[in-house]
Amino acid sequence: MGGPFWRGVRHQNNTKLFNGRVVRRLWDYLKPHKWRIMWALALVCVTSAMQLLGPYLFKVALDEFVIARQDIVGLIVVALVFTGTLIVSWGTQAYQAVSMAIVAQAVLNRMRAELFAKINHLSLSYHDRHESGVTMSRIINDVAVFQELLTQGIVHVVADCLLLIGILGIMLAMSPTLALLTMSVLPVMVIATIVFTSTARKAWLRTRETIGEVAAGFQENVSGVRVVQAFAREEVSKKRFDKINRGNLQANLRAVTLASMYPPVVEFMSMAATAIVLWFGAHATLDGTITIGVVVAFLFYVNRFFQPIRELSQVYNLFQQAMAAGDKIFELIDHPIDVEDKSDAGEMRSITGRVAFEQVDFSYVDSVPVLRSINFVAEPGQTIALVGPTGAGKTSIASLLARFYDVRGGRITVDGVDIRDVTMASLRRQMGLVPQDPFLFSGTIADNIRFGRLDATDEEIVQAAKLANAHDFVIRLPNGYATRVFERGQNYSQGQRQLIAFARAVLADPRILILDEATASVDTRTEVLIQAALARLLHGRTSFVIAHRLSTIRNADVVLVINHGAIIQRGTHRELLGQPGLYRDLYLTQYRHQIRGSQLVEEMATA
Amino acid sequence: MQIAWRLIGYLRRYWLACGAAYTCLLVVTGVELFIPSLLRRGIDCGMKASGAAEKLANGCPADTDPLTVVGGAALAIVGLTLVKGAFQFGQGYLGEYGAQRVAYDLRNEIYSHLQKLSFSWHDRSQTGALMARATSDVEQLRNFTGRAFLQMAQFALVSIGVTVVLFVTNWQLAIVSLLTLPLLYRSAANFVRTVRPYFYQAQEELSVLASIVQENLAGAKVVKAFAREPDEIRKFDEQNELLLKQYMLAARAQAFANPQLDVLAQIGTVMVLLLGGYFVIVGTLSIGELVAFNTYLLLLVRPVRRLGFTIGQSSRAIAAGERIFEILDAPVDVEDQADAKPLSQITGTVTFDHVTCSYYGGEAVLKDVSFEAHPGQVVALLGATGSGKTTVVNLIPRFYDVSQGSVRIDGHDVRDVQLLSLRRQIGIVLQDTTLFTGTIRENIAFGVPDATDEHVFAMAHAARAHEFIMEFPDGYATRVGERGVTLSGGQKQRIAIARALLLDPRILILDDFTSAVDTETEALIREALNVLMEGRTTLVIAQRVSTVQSADQIIVLDHGEIVGVGSHEELLETNDIYAEIYQLQLMDESAVHATSEKTTTELVGANGNGGGNRWTDAPQRHGPNGNGVARPDLAAQAVRRAD
Repeated sequence: MGGPFWRGVRHQNNTKLFNGRVVRRLWDYLKPHKWRIMWALALVCVTSAMQLLGPYLFKVALDEFVIARQDIVGLIVVALVFTGTLIVSWGTQAYQAVSMAIVAQAVLNRMRAELFAKINHLSLSYHDRHESGVTMSRIINDVAVFQELLTQGIVHVVADCLLLIGILGIMLAMSPTLALLTMSVLPVMVIATIVFTSTARKAWLRTRETIGEVAAGFQENVSGVRVVQAFAREEVSKKRFDKINRGNLQANLRAVTLASMYPPVVEFMSMAATAIVLWFGAHATLDGTITIGVVVAFLFYVNRFFQPIRELSQVYNLFQQAMAAGDKIFELIDHPIDVEDKSDAGEMRSITGRVAFEQVDFSYVDSVPVLRSINFVAEPGQTIALVGPTGAGKTSIASLLARFYDVRGGRITVDGVDIRDVTMASLRRQMGLVPQDPFLFSGTIADNIRFGRLDATDEEIVQAAKLANAHDFVIRLPNGYATRVFERGQNYSQGQRQLIAFARAVLADPRILILDEATASVDTRTEVLIQAALARLLHGRTSFVIAHRLSTIRNADVVLVINHGAIIQRGTHRELLGQPGLYRDLYLTQYRHQIRGSQLVEEMATA
Repeated sequence: MQIAWRLIGYLRRYWLACGAAYTCLLVVTGVELFIPSLLRRGIDCGMKASGAAEKLANGCPADTDPLTVVGGAALAIVGLTLVKGAFQFGQGYLGEYGAQRVAYDLRNEIYSHLQKLSFSWHDRSQTGALMARATSDVEQLRNFTGRAFLQMAQFALVSIGVTVVLFVTNWQLAIVSLLTLPLLYRSAANFVRTVRPYFYQAQEELSVLASIVQENLAGAKVVKAFAREPDEIRKFDEQNELLLKQYMLAARAQAFANPQLDVLAQIGTVMVLLLGGYFVIVGTLSIGELVAFNTYLLLLVRPVRRLGFTIGQSSRAIAAGERIFEILDAPVDVEDQADAKPLSQITGTVTFDHVTCSYYGGEAVLKDVSFEAHPGQVVALLGATGSGKTTVVNLIPRFYDVSQGSVRIDGHDVRDVQLLSLRRQIGIVLQDTTLFTGTIRENIAFGVPDATDEHVFAMAHAARAHEFIMEFPDGYATRVGERGVTLSGGQKQRIAIARALLLDPRILILDDFTSAVDTETEALIREALNVLMEGRTTLVIAQRVSTVQSADQIIVLDHGEIVGVGSHEELLETNDIYAEIYQLQLMDESAVHATSEKTTTELVGANGNGGGNRWTDAPQRHGPNGNGVARPDLAAQAVRRAD
């Protein structure tokens, strides 16, 4: 009947109604609960039966007891039975809802847990390529789509189908002719519902888009309100917003028009069916072929006819959304993990700190090599400064060492052990990392330092903070170490965050330290604190520093100059300054700003 | 209630649509009340009940064919439904129309009010919260105004109508069947009161979960570096469990409350069947009336059920309304005085006369500040973060009002002139370099939309923006902002400079205008500015001594007070704070490093608050032109020699 129609709808929405993979995967989640689902479905059947019984009981009461026998006792019995069906259906509905809620929440819970575990196991290359907002939306929004589908969708499909079939069956049984006549409105009804559902959905989508535009316009103008006022452009900016606002109004009015059209259509069909029952029913009662009770029951059934159709169309929408969401969820869950422990990976023993890169090749994307034939050895306790222009590959070298990514060619060894042969956890526990923009987690300052080693005592935390020069500013905070850090530590300056990150690294006491120096400027006093702390932090560890400070470079044992993914110069600061090449160019364009002119001349002269 | 009245005030603008909606409602309700009686007529007059009590002829035309009566009733039902449909559409559409217009009006009003509110109001408010008010709160209110008022009216009409009809038909049956309605209403209201909080709580737990995810994603590198994945997963799982429990509480509450409504609604039907059946047997009621009774009852069930929800919704809508009106009622503290005159073409003398300023009645941010800037002069403001520099420049275009004293331009108190005429003559480059969605050209011409291309290009040149703009494929037509190219901080800053220059203002204010550009570009911009500043009054805020030292007048601010005024040379000799800043910025890095331990203690001792954030300038940011800072040519010579 509706073949071309459904296909048409599917096309417009551009998503598959039935996605085999999603359904199969979903079944994996549902399987453990199959008995509970069966139980819920059984309860649904009972509910539907009870609901179908109502009008029939009315008919029996009218025909048998009121009209034919005028039997009050019988009437009371029917009323009691009627009440019984109501109570039963209350119970079955409630328990069915609880069962399905248990199933749904268990499934959702497992999906969320698996997604979260997955994003923690994926290497950084996944996170590099996917915006965190999108990944987050998988866990929060996409999973939530299944909630409605599971708690209501599945059950409603069954219940609605049962009701429809039941009503049709009972009507056919009571009076085939009258049933068929009544059903003549059904196709119109179904078509109207399908057309309405698809057009209305598009209209509502449009309203959501436009409210998004309103929000964006509002945001832009509110955050720029100072500029607007400074340039006395309030009128123009008002007009701009009005235009966007009006777009939303129009989209809403269009959606409202559609939404206001549907109920009258449904009611008209319903009343048309009522009129049919009345007209043909009257003929039949006069002929004596059916009883008044049948007509009355028909009237009631016709009344209930349209609810299931409307609900089915909603479930259809729900199902479609769930397919789209499921596709995205399972894509993430099934995403191959590119960096993982080998099955026979052992624990990394206590590191002394000799690090070697042997012929290391690396690329994030196949076609674009990032590092080529990197070779170097860092002896225990040495500080290696990585220097070079932006995009040269310094950060990649540091990231490979922590095994955030795997090398494409060659190998990296720590104390002679290939880092791919040991577990990541055992390796990383002995490494410390201080990123360029130190990330603080919400919680207290102490929590953030403790992140370096969870079993650290308060005393040790204070000790670490002192070594990192963070103690002084921490104790001046309103609650000292118990002061809260807000989202991402925005309430602390860059320099302060840096010091806390140092403290975290000090506490972890790693044998190997990877440090990405901040480029952003901090105030002069904090800078002094940072440098002092840095010197202490680097002492006695094998350290890799993506260096931006001249002082760090000067004090490094080895400076590796990286350009276009290769080491093009190596040596100490003084050695490199003596040779023409990239290092000296960099020194002149960047680092020289860090010292005074007279000093520069001296420096250049002695090199 | 007050909120409701105010809303009605907004609705009144659309009284025609609203009036029509209520008229439609009347017609719809009338038809709805009439249709069951048609059913009754059809059943009673047109159908033969074999052996039934002969109380059938009730109100039937005796001499007409029963089938004609039924036919008439059936046709009337179809016809009336058609009519009702049209009015039902009208009711739905017009009701929503009013609500949509009110939402639209509210948003526009919030928007324009926000534009009028002064900086001090905006300093205290958060964009996110404002957004929520303009979008979700207004939506909340819209849902309420659209349906709630109509629903209440419908409820009143239907319940009065049905009650009357039922009592007229059979008062005993009416009493019995209406008994369940209060219960139904109560359980619907209960549902809202008890189940909603569970869902609300679940929503809260979900947002906690979301923040765990967000943080984990943002800190992915750190988590991995410290091998903390298991702990993160455990933390997540714990919250996930909490969420599960909360959802289950909500689901359980809902599972039992929801079907309860259906059961209660149908209990009425059972009552009617029982008692009505008895009356039919006794002969005081006809079968048609019995059926009609039931139909009437069903008419009541839906509005009653919905009323419970509407009432739940109303409390949230009122809360939303309160938040919205809180914005709309925020007093505009900086506005034109009634007798404000337009400010005529100014020459540009800026006078601060014993100005004291405090935000929102708090501690004074500026204390007794007096100075004068003349046309052609460059006045530089220097001081730590929070010393009041930005406040000084913000007082000139009257973004805030002074608490005491006055700010005058060419002798006119800025409070006595019209805001627009004042601000149009002042070019300001704010720290906030917000660009708007649109092309680069539109952004530069923000203050002068009808500027010629030559003019726009010239100013972009001066701001050293022309070259990078031309590197974009679309040049000046390149779109920025939403869905446009992303500009770096330095690029935005240069466009903001061009934007201010294009105004050709007599007074030019540059608030830390080169903080995001590199030193070479800064030098180029300053070179260009030197020409443009000629004849204008320029106020500059800067962090770098090198930027301010060529100014005609340097004003050193500390904690809202002027602690030094003079030229670079004068200040260096007479002003300790200025000298300290200068020294700190020129500190030799190697020296710092070698004596870092010592210096730290010294600094802490000297300053009393060692690690503070007083000077947001780092040594490596020195420009190439400052005294004592290396000049590129010198360095190049040095290299050549070293070779």
